[in-house]
Amino acid sequence: MDSTLKNVFDSFQGKKEELIPILQKVQERYGYLPEDAMLEVSRFARVPESTVYGVATFYAQFRFTPIGENRIMVCRGTACHVKGSVGILEEIERKLGIKEGETTPDGRYSLETVACIGCCSLAPCVMINKKVHANLTPQKVAKLFKKD
Amino acid sequence: MLRKKEDFSGLIAESKAEWERLEKTKGPVVTVGTATCGRSAGSLEVLESLASSLEKRGIEAVLMETGCIGLCFCEPIVTVFMPGQPGILYGHVDAEKMEEILTRHLIGGEPVTEHALGTLDGKKKGPIPGLFGTPVLKPQERRILRKCGIIDPTNIRHYIAHGGYGGFIRAIGMTPEKIIDEVKKAGLRGRGGAGFPTGMKWEFALGTSSKPKYIVCNADEGDPGAFMNRSVLESDTHAVIEGMLIGGFAIGAETGYIYCRAEYPLALERLSVAIQSAQDLGLIGDDILGSGFNFHIKIKEGAGAFVCGEETSLIASIEGKRGMPSTRPPYPAVSGLWGKPTIINNVESLASVALIFQQGADWFAKCGTEKSRGTKTFSLAGKVKNTGLIEVPLGITLREIIFDIGGGIPQDKEFKAVQTGGPSGGCIPESLLDTPVDYDSLKKAGAIMGSGGMVVMDEDTCMVDVARYFLEFTQKESCGECVPCRLGTKQMLNILEDITEGRGTPQDLDLLEEIAESVKMGSLCGLGQTAPNPVLTTLRYFRDEYEAHIIDGRCPAKVCKALMHYIIDGEKCIGCGLCRKVCPVDAITGEQKKAHVIDQQKCIKCGLCFSTCPEKVSAVLKKEGTPVPETA
Repeated sequence: MDSTLKNVFDSFQGKKEELIPILQKVQERYGYLPEDAMLEVSRFARVPESTVYGVATFYAQFRFTPIGENRIMVCRGTACHVKGSVGILEEIERKLGIKEGETTPDGRYSLETVACIGCCSLAPCVMINKKVHANLTPQKVAKLFKKD
Repeated sequence: MLRKKEDFSGLIAESKAEWERLEKTKGPVVTVGTATCGRSAGSLEVLESLASSLEKRGIEAVLMETGCIGLCFCEPIVTVFMPGQPGILYGHVDAEKMEEILTRHLIGGEPVTEHALGTLDGKKKGPIPGLFGTPVLKPQERRILRKCGIIDPTNIRHYIAHGGYGGFIRAIGMTPEKIIDEVKKAGLRGRGGAGFPTGMKWEFALGTSSKPKYIVCNADEGDPGAFMNRSVLESDTHAVIEGMLIGGFAIGAETGYIYCRAEYPLALERLSVAIQSAQDLGLIGDDILGSGFNFHIKIKEGAGAFVCGEETSLIASIEGKRGMPSTRPPYPAVSGLWGKPTIINNVESLASVALIFQQGADWFAKCGTEKSRGTKTFSLAGKVKNTGLIEVPLGITLREIIFDIGGGIPQDKEFKAVQTGGPSGGCIPESLLDTPVDYDSLKKAGAIMGSGGMVVMDEDTCMVDVARYFLEFTQKESCGECVPCRLGTKQMLNILEDITEGRGTPQDLDLLEEIAESVKMGSLCGLGQTAPNPVLTTLRYFRDEYEAHIIDGRCPAKVCKALMHYIIDGEKCIGCGLCRKVCPVDAITGEQKKAHVIDQQKCIKCGLCFSTCPEKVSAVLKKEGTPVPETA
């Protein structure tokens, strides 16, 4: 077991009910859930591998492939929807040349959608690495990627 | 650290003194709203630039971060207090405006009237109105939101100075039965959406002898289009903790869980800060204030599953399992977390509990309707001028909320519907705008009160597309456990996709209605039972739109791409070429200064030309139906 994983496990007792928080911490460290890590989690929390996989695939938060340096989450909440978030998503897809759920070949950007980030009053919005960009228009999308 | 109940009065005095010191500061005090909405509008940048300007100019001022006052459409919001003067709220502040406010108000002593939203003390100051008398705030009754945007939510003393934790102190002097009576007398019904009487829920748990017991705060605000709980968690965090303490004490729980969405990083951060400071003061821990009551709170971060807002799924998720619901009864109040009695209350319900014990049940019950007491927060969003977080007495009409508080529809567009209750709710048309907002009236209209999401839709919103949107959501979020929900939502979605993509048939509507009724009746949990509501209400109130899609092959709101198209009005086009440049598929051609044309074969209907065409030209038009072949 590598030291990263060991560090994660050190803050837990290895109880069944800790499974989700453990997986969350593992993903925080690696950016996704590597298969080997899930097997180790199964041993540590003493739950069958199938259960670990079952839980991990149930929740939208968990990923099984590495993600890009920058994580783009397009909000698809109701307010964003009626204010044109589909157009925002399509424009980002065109700008980056990837579809929802994909990562750019250079590994710089991952594009996801999220059910709602709760910033409805300033819809439509997009979250990039925990920062929310609000009141977007397709025209403003280009500016989002100019800075870096 | 407080050891006995009597120590608390000392803490109140200390906290009040701290707040007064702030109010009587000799120099200026500036507060900036830095909840998620403020931050996304740029409030942290404003705060930073203000701090550096103050330093550069050598001005001493107190800077304080607050939560959200609810006027999200005006974010970033900055409030300036000059010694002996009421606070003046400024809206839409950016670094440049901040500089102006700094020069004219903080240094010059004169408020910048043109940017001011209102005064905090409610009195007119020159041309600046009293904030709470403005049309947006006047119809509101701010109880849960009273401290939001005023106090620093990370400072427990600010909360205590405003009566905070006084409710808990009062409760620990009462018997559990008395506490429950008080909640019942207040008439509090669950604010998560279903409206079950909170006192009754607690009574069930109290009456079950099995131990240990648990209290869970449901902060898994999953409804898209709703952010009331996020705002309260970020802006008045301790209110929720106080409510949990009272509930825990009443039912005899020693452990509380807060189940909060991972999508709310700031709320999670503020919760852990708040729990820590309550622990440091001895308000959470063992033998709290010498009462013999032990209580500890753990935060559980959700992992992104809408169904986990449902009680039994939430319990499964805390236990580390897939968040799938189970049949009720037994209800969690009798057999919940690890088979033990568990109370699950929504964020706003718990914040209301704190208020009931601070101010009394009679005070709480004074407003509202007979069967729906108190106030309710709503997040007002979508096609409405004044978007934000509002709090209104139950019984107010939808019209008052949308047109008085919300200021109506932007750009003089026509109101079409208001969606309440998220994916479980429904779309209410213009004809029912005078419906009072209470649990029972909204249900009668086919919608539900829900947790408080309210999304306004105008003439540019396609109701069939809205139904499809919600079904796409519930279908994705259906956990797959029971057949009616798993297959029914998928089939309904297929039909709705057919209709929005121009493949609908006249039989579709009856079939859609039939499946909707079956899913409603046959599903195991609330998610499936309510998933058809958006379909049923749009069918009930906007059937003509469905028929236009199916029979006439046109989308009246010009949203569904297969049933609309764009053209350029040759008379209006000035040939500036902007649309040609933005078109991602080179579908637009035309010479400079001459009318441009869209090649309908190439056009992907992204709408970029439409939004790029200068407003005074407005030559790009949306048209219903499929394009008529060009006669070139």
